[in-house]
Amino acid sequence: MTLKPVNRRSVLQMLAAAGSAPFVLKSTVARAETPLTVGVLYSGSKQDYGFNQSHAQAAAALKKQAGIKVIEEERVPETIAAQRSMEGMIRQDGAQLILATSFGYFKPHVLEMAAKYPDVTFAHTGGMWTAGMPENIGTFYAYIFEAQYISGIIAGHMTKSKKLGLVAAKPTPNLLRSINAFAIGARSVDPAIQVQVIFTGDWVLPVREAEATNTLVDQGADVIAAQVDSPKVVVETAEKRGVMSCGYHSSQADVAPNGYLTGAEWNWITPYLVYAGSVRGGKKPEHYLRAGLGDHFVKNSPFGKLVTPEARAAAETARADLMGGTRVIYSGPLKDNKGNVVIPAGVMQSSNDRALDGINYLVEGIIGQV
Amino acid sequence: MDAASIGWLALPLAILGGAIRVSTPFIFVSIGELITEKSGRINLGLEGTLMLGAMAGYGISYLSGSPWLGVLSAGLAGMAFGLLHGLLCSVKRVNDTAIGISLIVLGTGLAFFLGKPLIEPKAPPLPSIALGFWSSVPQVRAALDVNALFFVGIALAFAVYVFLNRTGWGLMLRTVGDSEEAARALGFPVLRVRIIATMAGGFLAGVGGSFLSLSYPGSWSEGLSSGQGIMAVALVIFARWRSINALGASLLFGGAGALGPALQGIGVTGYYYLFNAAPYVLTLAIMVASTSRAAPFADAPGELKLHR
Repeated sequence: MTLKPVNRRSVLQMLAAAGSAPFVLKSTVARAETPLTVGVLYSGSKQDYGFNQSHAQAAAALKKQAGIKVIEEERVPETIAAQRSMEGMIRQDGAQLILATSFGYFKPHVLEMAAKYPDVTFAHTGGMWTAGMPENIGTFYAYIFEAQYISGIIAGHMTKSKKLGLVAAKPTPNLLRSINAFAIGARSVDPAIQVQVIFTGDWVLPVREAEATNTLVDQGADVIAAQVDSPKVVVETAEKRGVMSCGYHSSQADVAPNGYLTGAEWNWITPYLVYAGSVRGGKKPEHYLRAGLGDHFVKNSPFGKLVTPEARAAAETARADLMGGTRVIYSGPLKDNKGNVVIPAGVMQSSNDRALDGINYLVEGIIGQV
Repeated sequence: MDAASIGWLALPLAILGGAIRVSTPFIFVSIGELITEKSGRINLGLEGTLMLGAMAGYGISYLSGSPWLGVLSAGLAGMAFGLLHGLLCSVKRVNDTAIGISLIVLGTGLAFFLGKPLIEPKAPPLPSIALGFWSSVPQVRAALDVNALFFVGIALAFAVYVFLNRTGWGLMLRTVGDSEEAARALGFPVLRVRIIATMAGGFLAGVGGSFLSLSYPGSWSEGLSSGQGIMAVALVIFARWRSINALGASLLFGGAGALGPALQGIGVTGYYYLFNAAPYVLTLAIMVASTSRAAPFADAPGELKLHR
C-alpha cells in the first residue's frame, strides 16, 4: 500500500468522511434494530392437528412479515423449563417479544420472566392480566365459541338423525362455553336436535377418543364434533364410520375429505400482529385482549363438499349477524339441561360478558353432565 | 332394527367391540414382555418400543404401500431395540430396570424425531375382517369388524403356552429365568437365551405398536400410546406370568376401557371419571383378590429382580 501525499484535497476528504460517520453509523445501527425477533413457545408438537398447530400456522404467517424473525421451541413443558427457554430466546437470540402459547406458562413463569426482563414484551394465550402484574405482559384469547356456534348451525342443517355427537376432553369453562354454543347453533335450526357429549377426561387420549366416537355413532349420531386437543383421531374415526364431522383448533379437512363439514379455528395471527405492532411502536402491550369472529381472532374451516347451499347461507347470515352485533349467542331465555333458567328472558350475555367466564352448565338439548 | 334405537344393548356391544379393538396392542406387548420376563429380565422399555413400532410400521406402510410389510418392519425395529436392551443388560452390574426406562425415552424420542414427516401422510391401514356380515344392525357390524392381528394375538398366547410348557427350548428359557446357576450347571447359554428372549419381546411389542398406527385408532401421532406400553408390562405381573392369563387380562382391560365412553353414550352421564378408571380399578381389585399372602411371588421367575 502506498501512502498518499497529504494535500488540501485529501484533508478535505477525510474531514467529510469524519463528519458523515455518525450518520452512517447511526443508520446501520437502526437497520440492525429493525428485524423484530419473536420467540414462540409451544407446549406440544407443532404438528398436532390441533391447538399447537393453530399457533404454528400463525407463527409461519408471522415469519412472512417483513422485518420479523421468528424463533420457535416446541414441547416446552409448563415447568421451570419454560423459563429457561424464554431466557434463552431473550439472551441468545435477542427476542423482544415472547409468545407463550400454553395456559400453564403464565403463573409463575411468564410473570417471573417479565419482571426480570422489563424491556421484553410477553404475550400469553389465555392468561388474565390483573393490576400489579408487570406492565410488559399482554394476555390474549379468542372467542372460539362464536366459530363453534357457526359449526353448530352447519351441523344442525346437515344432520338427518337429529342427533349430534360431541367428544370433549374436560368440562372446563372454556370448553363448556363452546359446547353450549355448538348446541345453541344446532338447535337454532331445529329445536328437536339433541347433542350428546362424551367427556374423555383428559386432553390427549387417542384410543378413548376413538372409542367415544364409535359409541356416539352406535347411538345414532350422524355428525361428530371434536373438542379435544388433537381432533384428528375423532375426525378420522368418524370418516371411517361414514358419518360427518366438525373439527376444532385447526383444519382437519384433509383427514376426512368426505365427511368434514367445517371446524372452529383460531386465527392467532391477528393478536400476534397486534403485539408485534406495539413492540415496534414502543408502546405498552394490550393487557387484556379478547375478540371473536368480528375482529378475525377466530374463523371457520372452509365448508366441506357435503354442506348444502341452504346451510352455507344460514351460516353466512349468522356470521354477519354476530360480526355486526345483532345476534348474541347467549341470550335469554336460556335453560340448562336440568331445567333451570340460567339466563332469564330479556338478558343478553354478549361474547365479551365476563359472566360467561365461569360458566358451569350445559344448555337444554345436551345429553351430558358437567 | 333401527340404527338409532339400540339403547342399552349398546353397552355389551361397546364392551365387546372395545375388547376386540383396544386389547390387541396389550396382547402383543404383554406376551412379548412375558417371554422376556420368563428369561429373568424385565424390559420396561416396551413403551418406547411400542412408539417406535407404531412410527416404523406407519412409515414403511406409507412408503411401500403394504401394511403387512409395515407390521414386519415394526417388529424388526422392536427387535433391534430388544437386542440393544439385551446387550446392555449383559454387561455386569447393569440394572435392567434402569436400561428399560432409558429405552422408553430413547424410543419415544426417536419415534417423534423420525415420525415428524409422517404426521400428515395417509398410510394404507391393515385390512379388517367383517365378521358381522350376518347382521343387519350397523352397530353389530362395526363392533365385529375385527383386525387379523387380533386373531394372531390370540393364537400367539396359546402358542407361547405350548412353547413354554411343552418344548425343550421353553424349558431352557424357564430354567434360565428361574435359576441362573442351575442353567449354567446344565450348560445352557444363559446370556444368549436372555438376549434372544428380549429380542422376541421387542419384536412383539413393535408389532403391537404397528396395530396402533395401522389399525386402531389408526394413524401416527405423538400422543398415540399414552402409556399403553407401561400398562401392558404391568398386566404381565397381573397375569402371573401365564400367557393365557395375559390374553384374558388384555381382553378384560380393553373391554373395561370401553366402559367409560359407552356409559356416557347411553345416557349415564355422571361419574365418568370413575368409569374411565374402570380398567385400573378392576385390575387392582383382581390383583388384591388373587394375591397369596404366604407366597406373594410364587409364580414369578426366580431370577426376576422384582422382589429383591
